[in-house]
Amino acid sequence: MSRILVIAECHHDHLTEGTRKALACAAALDPGGADLAVLGSAAEAAAEEGRRIAGVARVRLGPQAGFDPPLATVWAPVLARLAADYEAVLMPASSLGRDVMPRLAALVSGVMITEVAEVIDPRTFRRFIYAGNVRLTVRARPEAGRLVLTVRLASWPAAGERAGEAAPVVRDVPDPVGDPGTRYIGLEEHTSERPDLQSAKRVVSGGRALGSAENFALLEGLARRLGAALGASRAAVDAGYAPNDLQVGQTGKIIAPDLYIAVGISGAIQHVTGIKDARVIAAINKDPEAPIFKIADVGLVGDLFTIVPALEKALERAGVGS
Amino acid sequence: MKILVPVKRVIDYSVRVRVRPDHRGVVTEGVKTGLNPFDEIALEEALRIREAGHPVEEILVVSVGTAESQQVLRTALALGADRALLLETAQPSIPAGIARVLRALVDERKPDLVLMGKQAIDDDAHQTGALLAGLWGRPQATCVSRLEILADGRLRATREVDHGLETLEVDLPAVVTADLRLNTPRFVKMPDIMRARQKPLDTVPAERYGLGEDAVELLSFDPPPERAKGILVPDADAFVAALKERGVL
Repeated sequence: MSRILVIAECHHDHLTEGTRKALACAAALDPGGADLAVLGSAAEAAAEEGRRIAGVARVRLGPQAGFDPPLATVWAPVLARLAADYEAVLMPASSLGRDVMPRLAALVSGVMITEVAEVIDPRTFRRFIYAGNVRLTVRARPEAGRLVLTVRLASWPAAGERAGEAAPVVRDVPDPVGDPGTRYIGLEEHTSERPDLQSAKRVVSGGRALGSAENFALLEGLARRLGAALGASRAAVDAGYAPNDLQVGQTGKIIAPDLYIAVGISGAIQHVTGIKDARVIAAINKDPEAPIFKIADVGLVGDLFTIVPALEKALERAGVGS
Repeated sequence: MKILVPVKRVIDYSVRVRVRPDHRGVVTEGVKTGLNPFDEIALEEALRIREAGHPVEEILVVSVGTAESQQVLRTALALGADRALLLETAQPSIPAGIARVLRALVDERKPDLVLMGKQAIDDDAHQTGALLAGLWGRPQATCVSRLEILADGRLRATREVDHGLETLEVDLPAVVTADLRLNTPRFVKMPDIMRARQKPLDTVPAERYGLGEDAVELLSFDPPPERAKGILVPDADAFVAALKERGVL
């Protein structure tokens, strides 16, 4: 029987990349494997994916009805019943994980650690505080309760496919009770042709220097050629050049793509917090003193309105994208 | 309606935080502090609810912290809160401890709405609001960027989520946590600071509300790992070549 439970998250009928990252974190806690709980209408299909991921001991499947759309007040009581079987419960630090897990911690009198970046031992973890400027090592006291953890997406690789037989599926997740005090009205989903910002391998991000929403669209060609997601600095979002869910940084998304290209972004601390785990950071800015160049692996000083089109052509010459 | 606004005193967002040489904390001597920005947004929203004409009997701000937290409570009073309560403690507390104290406080004060920041910018824990809602057994709306009070007294809250904006309606009492875009807080005016001195600020030991030993030990504060120094390239072709060399194209 596994000691660790990972709560799966689904998006458009698939497990999220974050779920696989939470499984990687779970493997660091206990190499013996973790159970994966899958709730909601996508559960059947997602469970099939889940049982083929390395490190999954069992998939616990829930009823299809009553969990969608995911509400913290509905999920947390069910998860609290499941949690009774485990020493630690993990979920990706997505907007859902951040909403549900503290509530779960309250219901199980557990100890919550937010955005676990590193596992030192089964009760000791590292996480970032002060917008990523300090790395804190914390230990949950042994006598304190069950661990409730969210997993920092930028710090973990996604767990891969397993070699052997698929993990067993058990259908024992209890029915949700519902929450008469909360009514779901709707989701206004921002759709984009671009890959999802949180999980994209490449990200092209724009800052205030773009100057307008029309100019911001200039980045789309570059992003398309690179197969990259689009991101934005808080300054660009505040100025209305890009929607808030593209925001990268302390108050937006914290991402760790292979390649991050910052265009016209000065590199405020709160932005840098969101990208410093990227494998390669490249920056284009007209100000050679811009702080972004202090953390960039590759920098190019100049006018972005000239450089971005030139870059698209250079990529074409180099045979990148189409 | 009674609104409770829990606030935290934090190091100012513009300060470059440094760890102490003994790794037991961060340097706080001579460092500017203030209201946690997200809590300031929460307080602003409470003030706007009143200013929009909804009957708000009381806006109570509360902080769990050392005597120095009186400073942020005075600021909150100057901004327009009616009264302030310091739940005093010598020890820094983690969200679990704060939420437990707030749980005891809502039993006593019976607010209809608890409005607070989605996270504090020092520990970035993002827990206290939902922890409180869970302990209290009441609805929660976290990361809210739009808030409306409906004719039937319920709240309609729009939340910032990973793929867009989600809207919920919740019964009161409830806990709402404020995201950055909920509003832009006003500035404190000098006459208001003077006037705020007349407003009540009570101090009670936090232990009376059940603050105990933290379940988490903070072992070591360290600077984050540094990135290797980068290069500047002259043009777009060299830029592409440098990225190829690093294996990301």
